[in-house]
Amino acid sequence: MVPLRFIGALLGGAILASAVANHAVAETVNVYSYRQPFLIEPMLDAFTKKTGIEVKVVFAKNGVIERLKAEGVNSPADVLLTVDIGRLNDAIESDVVQPVKSAVLAARIPASFRDPDNRWFGLTSRARIIYASKDRVKPGEITSYEQLADPMWKGRICTRGGKHVYNVALFAAMIAHHGEAKAEAWLRGVKANLARKPQGNDRAQVKAIHEGECDLAIGNNYYYGNMLDTAEQKPWADSVNLVFPTIGGGKGTHVNLAGVALAKAAPNRANGIKLMEFLAGDEAQSLYAERNYEYPVNPAVAWSKKVESWGHFIPDDLSLAAIAELRGDAIRMVDRVDYDG
Amino acid sequence: MAEADATAGGIASLTVDDTTAASSGRRRWHVAATLVAALVLLPLASITWTALFPTENIWPHLVSTVLPGYIVTTLLLMIGVGIGTFVIGTTTAWLIAMCRFPGRRVFEWALLLPMAIPAYVIAYVYTDVLEYAGPVQSLLREIFGWQTARDYWFPEIRSLGGAIAMMTLVLYPYVYALARATFLEQSVCVLEVSRTLGCGAWRAFRDVALPLGRPAIAVGVTLALMECLNDFGTVDYFAVRTLTAGVFDVWYGMGNPGGAAQIAGVMLIFVVLLIWAERRSRRRQRFHHTSTKLQPIDGIRLKGRKAALATLACLLPVLLGFVLPAAVLAAYAFGHSDARWSSDFWGFAGNSLGLATATALVTVAVATLLAYAARQRASALVRACIRLSGIGYAVPGAVLAIGVLIPFATFDNGLDALLRETLGVSSGLLLSGTVAALIFAYTVRFLAVSLGAVESGLGRITPSMEMAARSLGHSPLATLKRVHLPLMRGSLLTGGLLVFVDTMKELPATLVLRPFDFDTLATYVYQFASDELLEACAPAALMIVLAGVVPVLLLNKVVGGARTVVRRR
Repeated sequence: MVPLRFIGALLGGAILASAVANHAVAETVNVYSYRQPFLIEPMLDAFTKKTGIEVKVVFAKNGVIERLKAEGVNSPADVLLTVDIGRLNDAIESDVVQPVKSAVLAARIPASFRDPDNRWFGLTSRARIIYASKDRVKPGEITSYEQLADPMWKGRICTRGGKHVYNVALFAAMIAHHGEAKAEAWLRGVKANLARKPQGNDRAQVKAIHEGECDLAIGNNYYYGNMLDTAEQKPWADSVNLVFPTIGGGKGTHVNLAGVALAKAAPNRANGIKLMEFLAGDEAQSLYAERNYEYPVNPAVAWSKKVESWGHFIPDDLSLAAIAELRGDAIRMVDRVDYDG
Repeated sequence: MAEADATAGGIASLTVDDTTAASSGRRRWHVAATLVAALVLLPLASITWTALFPTENIWPHLVSTVLPGYIVTTLLLMIGVGIGTFVIGTTTAWLIAMCRFPGRRVFEWALLLPMAIPAYVIAYVYTDVLEYAGPVQSLLREIFGWQTARDYWFPEIRSLGGAIAMMTLVLYPYVYALARATFLEQSVCVLEVSRTLGCGAWRAFRDVALPLGRPAIAVGVTLALMECLNDFGTVDYFAVRTLTAGVFDVWYGMGNPGGAAQIAGVMLIFVVLLIWAERRSRRRQRFHHTSTKLQPIDGIRLKGRKAALATLACLLPVLLGFVLPAAVLAAYAFGHSDARWSSDFWGFAGNSLGLATATALVTVAVATLLAYAARQRASALVRACIRLSGIGYAVPGAVLAIGVLIPFATFDNGLDALLRETLGVSSGLLLSGTVAALIFAYTVRFLAVSLGAVESGLGRITPSMEMAARSLGHSPLATLKRVHLPLMRGSLLTGGLLVFVDTMKELPATLVLRPFDFDTLATYVYQFASDELLEACAPAALMIVLAGVVPVLLLNKVVGGARTVVRRR
């Protein structure tokens, strides 16, 4: 019965191989990450250097939560690193994370940047700003997100896809401030002003300004630093001014969050918490600031000088939970407006 | 089984039902095939389950807003890529197989090269070259003195048309490879007969070679279409809103895997229709070669303008589909200060090659089992299982990954619970998050590729061969070993190599399922490319291409060798 025997042998071999692999456990902490390895490597390397704990990473942009869910109690993951409150919220709703009671984390992270129930913790915040052409937009010509719908910008705005988490969070914030009807009218206005169909990522929008395709773009602020660091992209960055726009008639700029959570199964729980505390500590926070140009949540850690030189802003005081709650509405609004079409 | 396209006498024989007594050997094949097919269908079943019981039903919302747009765009993309790959693939295959013109020997293998380039990589490269700031438009502006984008019209590469062009360029080799193999395997007598009956070269191609080669060409086009249906990287980058892009929108943006699975379900309907339409249109036709007169084809010697045209027709796809993108990558890799070279590449390359080799072997073995079992007078149910098992090819890799994850983890956790209860030991996750899960996912994903190759190879072997073997007392297994496998060696290798190249390029399922600290060349490239840092990952992207070139060249040897093998017999 050759075919069946063949399958049996294959399965047996696989089981054996993985059993062997599973038993090589030293002091480790396992991380599932939505963020690219090259972005988080400096912090993780510093952690290993300091504690001797080896950090193992799986990076994926989709399916991390589904993987945690399926793996259940036997999941090897300890720590979940992600961007955007929406994904942190998804993790909580899927019941794949656990609360962490840590005086260290509580001391290092202001209350507004962590879950009241201690299930997620913010690590850095990032401002979603407007990039404006140096040549074609006068300073002060645009100061708020609301103005993006002004017909004076017709054919002059570029953005990435409307359903990207960063845009969804911004649109959700607009709904929170203005109500759904007004926010939808605003989004229609923005769509009418688009120079081209939404495409590419945040950097690509700045590039489009550099190339003269549009004059305004929405993007996260740290990309500015990343572009300055990349020879090829420096001219793009050099062609724009940074505008920290206000939202909802207030003084604050919309920010989004990169955060961390402890996986529910967490076989190396203690090491996982150590890593979380380390990431909120001075060394990692200043690495986030200096290397990735994000804003550290730990108030004891200063902004990077470079980031500071781009301008100051006050974060919008809308709660992250309110934004997370309106995400679904924001996405449906994007579909109704046919923003990406 | 009456009508057959018996164009020229005596070549296409009719299938005659095997009348030897049914043996238990046969039944065993059916059981084994059904079991394997069920295993392969397991992920699809778990996806279907997700689709039927979503956490939040957004189907009505989808239907009233974006879904119609997704469907139209997808159809247009498939029509475009279908026509493009068919025209380029069969034309070049016919020229190479039947004509002699300058450069033919080089084009013979060079036409396969674009297959080594992942669609998303070629999309990145062409965008860099053709966009506003790229060298082409900059040069045009310099020549004509245009100042801004508003002064002139230039085709937008990030568009549906652009996506069709990109995918056609890297997918036509599927059609080319299979069409060329089938043209080479056609008995030269058929063509000789058709020519003596007064067919011109063109009519011999259109009325004889093309219909005879249709099964293989159809497989090639179907593969290309499924690949295009599945593509995420290119359509995402070009903001072309196909069903696959919709799957990711709903899942990634809305956090609704159920809704994503529902859209994936619509895609599956597309594929089932595609396969059904193709099979139905030739359901009464069977072609088996009864003549073993396979002399080398002398080839029509093209001269003058015709030769130049033939050369050009073969040169363009190679130039645009391989030479140019590879050259741009090489220029970035060696000439750009942002390029990242790392000794880790060898590890990534090792992982990629290991996975690809293992997947190719497993997939070909499974495909042979299924295809051969189907030949053993399989019941309609067994046949349906086998037919369906190729469907994983059309499921977006990331969705399929979730489909694999759920049953694997359920098995692992079940076994773990059982062992804890009975023996007090924990087995943990045995299969999930291991290379085994990855290889399984690849097998489900790429089974259609090897199944197509194996089936068309098997289909060309006349049933009278196995009737003879069986009546001489061989079991089905012995018949397979001694008769079929040697005869279809070329097809097996073709299937294996196609899967190999596909696995090298696979990205989304790899991302979701791989073990800790385990990178392939594709995942490494992706982390940079997704951030528009093409220069940084150019060295690794170049390595994917180079690693893909070797099996592609081997593939050429296999296909080209088919004729010599047969001749020696």
